[in-house]
Amino acid sequence: MSDYFVQFNNISKFFGKVIALKDVTMKVKKGEIMCLLGDNGAGKSTLIKTLSGVHKPDEGEIIVEGEKTVFDSPKDALDMGIATVYQDLALVSLMSVTRNFFMGREPQKGIPFFKTFDIEKANKIAADRMGQIGIDVRDPSQAVGTMSGGERQCLAISRAIYFGAKVLILDEPTSALGVHQASVVLKYIVKAASQGLAVILITHNVHHAYPVGNSFTVLNRGKSLGTYSKKDLSREKLLGMMAGGEELDKLEVELKEMDRINKSN
Amino acid sequence: MSEKSKSISSKKSSIEDERLKKVSNLKILLNRPELGALGGSILVFIFFGIVAGDTGMFSAYGMLNFLDVSANLGIIAIAAAMLMIGGEFDLSIGSMIGFAGICIAIPAIYWGWPLWISILFAFAMAVLVGYFNGILVVKTGLPSFIVTLAMLFILRGATLAITRLITGRTQVPGLRVLIENDPIAWVFATDTFKWLFTWLGSMKLIELRTDGTPLATGIPPSVIWFILLTIFATWVLMKTRYGNWIFASGGDKVGATNVGVPVGKVKISLFIGTACAATLFACIQVLDAGSADTMRGTLKELEAIAAAVVGGCLLTGGYGSAIGAAFGALIFGTVSMGIFYTDVDTDWFKVFLGAMMLIAVIFNNFIRRRVTESK
Repeated sequence: MSDYFVQFNNISKFFGKVIALKDVTMKVKKGEIMCLLGDNGAGKSTLIKTLSGVHKPDEGEIIVEGEKTVFDSPKDALDMGIATVYQDLALVSLMSVTRNFFMGREPQKGIPFFKTFDIEKANKIAADRMGQIGIDVRDPSQAVGTMSGGERQCLAISRAIYFGAKVLILDEPTSALGVHQASVVLKYIVKAASQGLAVILITHNVHHAYPVGNSFTVLNRGKSLGTYSKKDLSREKLLGMMAGGEELDKLEVELKEMDRINKSN
Repeated sequence: MSEKSKSISSKKSSIEDERLKKVSNLKILLNRPELGALGGSILVFIFFGIVAGDTGMFSAYGMLNFLDVSANLGIIAIAAAMLMIGGEFDLSIGSMIGFAGICIAIPAIYWGWPLWISILFAFAMAVLVGYFNGILVVKTGLPSFIVTLAMLFILRGATLAITRLITGRTQVPGLRVLIENDPIAWVFATDTFKWLFTWLGSMKLIELRTDGTPLATGIPPSVIWFILLTIFATWVLMKTRYGNWIFASGGDKVGATNVGVPVGKVKISLFIGTACAATLFACIQVLDAGSADTMRGTLKELEAIAAAVVGGCLLTGGYGSAIGAAFGALIFGTVSMGIFYTDVDTDWFKVFLGAMMLIAVIFNNFIRRRVTESK
């Protein structure tokens, strides 16, 4: 058995004539944060959906803990401990912190047919778990709508961990957040990894990915540009590899050229 | 970290906490969905207390009268509220009432079935109709507004056509004699606490007829059913896993599905709930009147939705309460009966109903914004 918890080997996915993913390979160890970077349209969403069991790959194999696996549904992936936190977070803003935390997996008590949702226990666990991240939930019955974006993100992650995630796939967890909120979330992600989780962090923000990541896979137009560990890759090189990097260099040259022409006139 | 800075930070957070606690207590009260309907009910009673306090509206007989009307509406309003919290509408409730009525009456009168089997048959049909509504909405993804609007016409039309085909008329009388000795019908047709009213009458505490028996003879079955349903629905919504699923299904269908809530099953069961509540309504009314009318329940679906909205349900789902819907029904029932005791022309009732709903929707919208947007 290899020391990688999950391996995705040569994954390809086609939608009709469109090649959404071609030969994408990536792997992640326990306790490691693997950052998946790519510009819009690079195939990140398709890859996440393939990893989490929504799409079946047309080619390639998924190996979990050394065994080849096929996910027929998101539930299969979840049962293997692969939990995905989507951008919409699967939180209902009108519902309380506790009710969201245990949504779909409510603890029950009482006799059969008269089982009740054990709210006291649920409140305690939810407040406790949020407290561990340093989010002081004053009242676990407050609506999630009253929480900040970062707090919601942390709630969704903490929920996934509580319910037994071993691999955490995070879809753009910092994209909608301000600098401070983003750093709170990133800190929490590092903490989760240090406790032995394998994390796949999907983002297009190099400045968020570089400080926390152990290895980096860059996607461009459905293909992987390779996986690099942090010591082999500078931040600048990573920035350059992102689709925008090259184009931004070109833009700079063009702007200088325009500037020169303007001056000479 | 030094001990000092720790104590400072904890002090700071405790100060913040105190400030927040004050706000959140007020917020909890303001954010309860049934607050509006509760306040509305109190206002309505104060109003009629002043305007019609000496007219007999608040005698035992008068009160049972408006409670009966409220309770009947309440039975369907609570089911409609639960469905609305689950994110869907059922416009076929009114037609289902008419349909259930003839499902009881035709087998019992024309086919010679025992009344209790006819009643069970009506509930079985309700489960079918509800399941059909639910599966259509869930499988097609069409708005329930359209699907159940179609069902409104289909059921009402079928009720009329079938009844005329079998009986040649649009009404089926003659049920009253069947109620006695029936093992089930009494559940929907018996006044309770008769001894209390007899005692109150004997003490001359309530109005009597000329023959000395009390004018109000007992609590009508609708009121008992209404109270039991309110308690049951509230328990389900607040205290059970299924209740949490209802809120989740209505609040965010995709999110709820992603974390494993069986949204489709929850919605289908809620549609079955509204159809069964309509059938319960029909049972009580048909057995009380002794006849089934094909037009029974017309427009009741809109009154039920109005009561649910006044009770704090959001039209977009995910928020509301059964107690709120119960108070909403109480407001409408009280006003619809109370208006007879005032000098106001009864034509104005619909104006009131509409205005009340409008105010409720604006108020609810404000509440929703408070809950979802304050950060």
